[in-house]
Amino acid sequence: MIKVDIEKKLKAYGGQQVLKIAHEFPLGTITKIYGPSGAGKTTFLKIIAGLIQPEKGKIVVDDIIWLDTNSKISLSPQKRKVGFAFQNYALFPNMTVRQHLEYATDDAQWINRLLSMGKLETFTDYKPEYLSGGQQQRLAILRALSIKPKLLLMDEPFSALDPEMRSELISELKLLWEEMGATVLIVSHSLQELEGLTELELYINSA
Amino acid sequence: MDLTPIWLTLKLAGITTLVLLLIGLPLAYWLSKGRSFIKLILEAIITMPLVLPPSVLGFYLLMAFSPQHGIGGWLQKVFNVQLVFSFPGLVLASVIYSMPFMIGPIKSALQQLPVSLAQASYTLGKSERQTFIHVLLPNIRASVLTAAILTFAHTLGEFGVVLMIGGNIPGVTRVASIAVYDSVENMDYHSANAYSLTLFCITFIMVISVFVFNKYKAKSPLE
Repeated sequence: MIKVDIEKKLKAYGGQQVLKIAHEFPLGTITKIYGPSGAGKTTFLKIIAGLIQPEKGKIVVDDIIWLDTNSKISLSPQKRKVGFAFQNYALFPNMTVRQHLEYATDDAQWINRLLSMGKLETFTDYKPEYLSGGQQQRLAILRALSIKPKLLLMDEPFSALDPEMRSELISELKLLWEEMGATVLIVSHSLQELEGLTELELYINSA
Repeated sequence: MDLTPIWLTLKLAGITTLVLLLIGLPLAYWLSKGRSFIKLILEAIITMPLVLPPSVLGFYLLMAFSPQHGIGGWLQKVFNVQLVFSFPGLVLASVIYSMPFMIGPIKSALQQLPVSLAQASYTLGKSERQTFIHVLLPNIRASVLTAAILTFAHTLGEFGVVLMIGGNIPGVTRVASIAVYDSVENMDYHSANAYSLTLFCITFIMVISVFVFNKYKAKSPLE
C-alpha cells in the first residue's frame, strides 16, 4: 500500500491555495488523477517523487517511510527512484533516443524492448528536436520505464498521441505494468483518455 | 617588435581562463540554484570588477598581497611566496578581474534550462554531480564556450589591475597592454601600433568566434 497524507501551500492568482491530500493507493494498481487546472496535480506527483517538499505530511510506500515531516525524514528522489513521465517531457536535448535510455539503464535487452514498444527503433540516433511531439512523448514514457520502477508517475502522458497510437500503447503498457508489478498514478485532464484502463480515481481540487 | 609581451599576455589569458573554468563552473552552478543572502553578497562581489575602476581593484590587491601586510605578509612568511610584481600575482588579479565574464554567462544559461531536466535525471537515480556533467553541462556548452572566450579576450585587455599589482617587469609582468603604454611614453609609436594592432586582431577574432559558436544567436557578449 502507498499511503499519502500531505499538505502543501500553492501560489495562486489572488492568494494562496492549500493542496491537502490523504489517500491510499493499493500496490500494483493504476489510478487516474484528475481535477481542474492549477489544482496541484503535477505538484502532487512531484511531492511523491521527492522533487518538491510539502509543508506537512507523510508518505509511506510498502511500509517504508519516504517522507515524514514530523521526524524530518525525506528520502531523496534518487533513493525513491520512481519512474516519472513529465508533462513537458523533460527530454535531454544533448542525447539521442537510445542515449536517453542508456543513461538510465545498462540493460540492452530491456532498452530494445522499450524501443520496440514505443515504435522508436528507427529513430534511435535522433535527438529530441528531430522527433515529432508524439515521438517525444513516447520517449518520455520509455525513459520513465527504463529504470523498471515499482512506482510510476505519469503527468498527462498521452496528450500528444493520436487515438490509434494511444490505444495501442496503453494496451502494451498495461501488460508491461502487470509484468513489473508496478503501481501507476496517471494525471489526465481527459476522462475518456484512460477509459477501460482503470477503475480507481482520485479527484484533486486544492482549497 | 619584442614578442615577449604578446606571449606573456597569451599565457596569462590562457591560465586565467583555465583557472576560471575550474572555479567558475561549480560556482555558477551553486549560484544558479535558489537565492540566499550569502549568494546575493557573493554575486555582488563577483560583479564589482565590472563597475569598479581597475586601479581601485589593483590598489586593494596590492595592499592585500604586499609582503608588508596581511595575507601577503603571511604568504611570504609561511610559504616564501610573493605575489606582487610576479606572474602568479598577475594570474590572481586576472582571475578576480575577469570572474564576472566567466560566471555571468554560465549562471544565466543554467537558470534558463528547464528545472525538469535536472529533476528527470534525479528520478533516474542520478546524483547532482552526474546530472551536472551528463545533462546540464552539455546543454550549456555554447555558453561555457562564450564565457571562456570572453574571459580570455577580457584578460588580454587588462591594464589597470595588471599595472598596479604586476608593475612593468620585462619578461615577467610586462604584458602587451602595458607594452603599448610604455612604448607611447617612450614616443615609440611604431611598437605601440604593432602591439595594439596585434591585440585588436586577437580580440576581434575572439569576439567574432563567440557569435559564430552561438550561431549568431548571441544578442550581447554578456548574455
